[in-house]
Amino acid sequence: MTGFVELRDVRLAYGPGGSGTLALDGLTMTVKRGEFAAVVGPSGCGKSTLMKLATGLIRPQTGTVEVAGHEVDGPVSIAGMAFQNPSMLPWRTTLRNVMLPLEIVQPHRSRLSKEREAYQQRAEDLLAVVGLKGFSDKYPWQLSGGMQQRSNLCRALIHDPTLLMLDEPFGALDAFTREELWQVMRDLHAEKGFTTILVTHDLREAVFLSDRVFVMSARPGKIIVERSIDFGRPRPLDLTYEADFNDVVHELRAHIAEARTAA
Amino acid sequence: MNERWIKAAPWLWTIGLFALWEGAVRIFSIEVFILPAPTDIWEAIVKYWSPIWKNSLQTLLTTTIGFLMAVGGGLALGLAIGWSRAIYAGLYPIMIGFNSIPKVAVVPILVIWFGIGTVPAVLTAFLIAFFPIVVNVATGLATIEPEMEDVLRALGAKKLDIMLKVGIPRSMPYFFGSLKIAITLAFVGSVISETVAANSGIGHMMLAAQSQFNVPLVWAGLVALAVLGIVMYAAMAWLEMRMTGWAHRSGLH
Repeated sequence: MTGFVELRDVRLAYGPGGSGTLALDGLTMTVKRGEFAAVVGPSGCGKSTLMKLATGLIRPQTGTVEVAGHEVDGPVSIAGMAFQNPSMLPWRTTLRNVMLPLEIVQPHRSRLSKEREAYQQRAEDLLAVVGLKGFSDKYPWQLSGGMQQRSNLCRALIHDPTLLMLDEPFGALDAFTREELWQVMRDLHAEKGFTTILVTHDLREAVFLSDRVFVMSARPGKIIVERSIDFGRPRPLDLTYEADFNDVVHELRAHIAEARTAA
Repeated sequence: MNERWIKAAPWLWTIGLFALWEGAVRIFSIEVFILPAPTDIWEAIVKYWSPIWKNSLQTLLTTTIGFLMAVGGGLALGLAIGWSRAIYAGLYPIMIGFNSIPKVAVVPILVIWFGIGTVPAVLTAFLIAFFPIVVNVATGLATIEPEMEDVLRALGAKKLDIMLKVGIPRSMPYFFGSLKIAITLAFVGSVISETVAANSGIGHMMLAAQSQFNVPLVWAGLVALAVLGIVMYAAMAWLEMRMTGWAHRSGLH
């Protein structure tokens, strides 16, 4: 069967005409509709390049990228993105930051001024889901790092994307906040069922959240291991302290260590 | 207590400076045509109040018109430069070259074109003031976080969307900050032009006073310029706070 996101034999090099650094070479991966996929790998292996490919921000030199059955030939606009840097606009309140994509993406863009109240309610509801009820009038600098990252997630989800791309979104947070946000992410995914690709260097995060973990090689990156994660859902946080869980983490860790020495 | 001292500090320092000046002139009995004492200057201000006032208004007028032109032109050019890397690459060296030309050297050309008077003063003010505005606006646009741009581009945002939603609001603190520099420079420009080629304005008044050895009036002209400069700077600082308070977060806490 074909997947929701399909990269086939992708090669991508930066620089003019692809003469520079070879970031990805021979990368093939398939993510099914509604699946939560995690991509891990040694640093500099081209994980972030993968994100840009799947959202159509850049095009591969060879190979194909398909999303939702269509070959990607430009920004896909059904995707939401969140990065490690929450990049909230400091002159906008949390609510207006979250609503920013609605001012860009159709059909919301043309409806926004007419149905502003309904959209505002939707943003408020989403903020409540991530635990930010009552913070919609606050400016980003009045929020903690964790809260900014929560509103960043809301911004990535406000237009109901069918594909969510996360690039180390919890990387800069303290351990407790991170675990809290894992649970927020788990619940959001369970509720809305969007396809997710999470790029991370945190193996526990990858195993806790995802259905499948893809391990990338060192640059030029390709997928060297695909590991299904079969723990039942909903997964309690305590799972991360159990032996089975740690076995999987260790197994993945060994693959990455191998990928690093192979480089 | 400490807060009150800080509030009073600008006044205390200014008064102190003038007192020191007055004292030095008296103790060393400095001749008035070398360095008039503040009291001499004050006398001149009172005596020549009418011409000082009239010429101040003229300088204020040329400065303001030149400044407003610089704001319009600088904003437009800054946006163009920040918009396109091709325009940036092409225009930036030219602008740096142009900015390095001392504006006093341009005044004779302006006089050939427009004659002596208000127009060269306005244009000199414009020419000298627009550069910092261009550079600041362009900097604001050029420093958009790449993540932010990716988030919006992935949603299908056009360049215009990104500029309107992110780039322009983001460059506003830089823009309003640059106005403080630009207004001061505009004063420099118009006074330079007035000193070289004009029939009115503080610069012209000072030149005329100097040729009559009316040294206290020359100094009174300087004081008038300083006062005008401070008032305009304060106006711009106030405008900056009003328009981009979000960028000065400590003020809002």
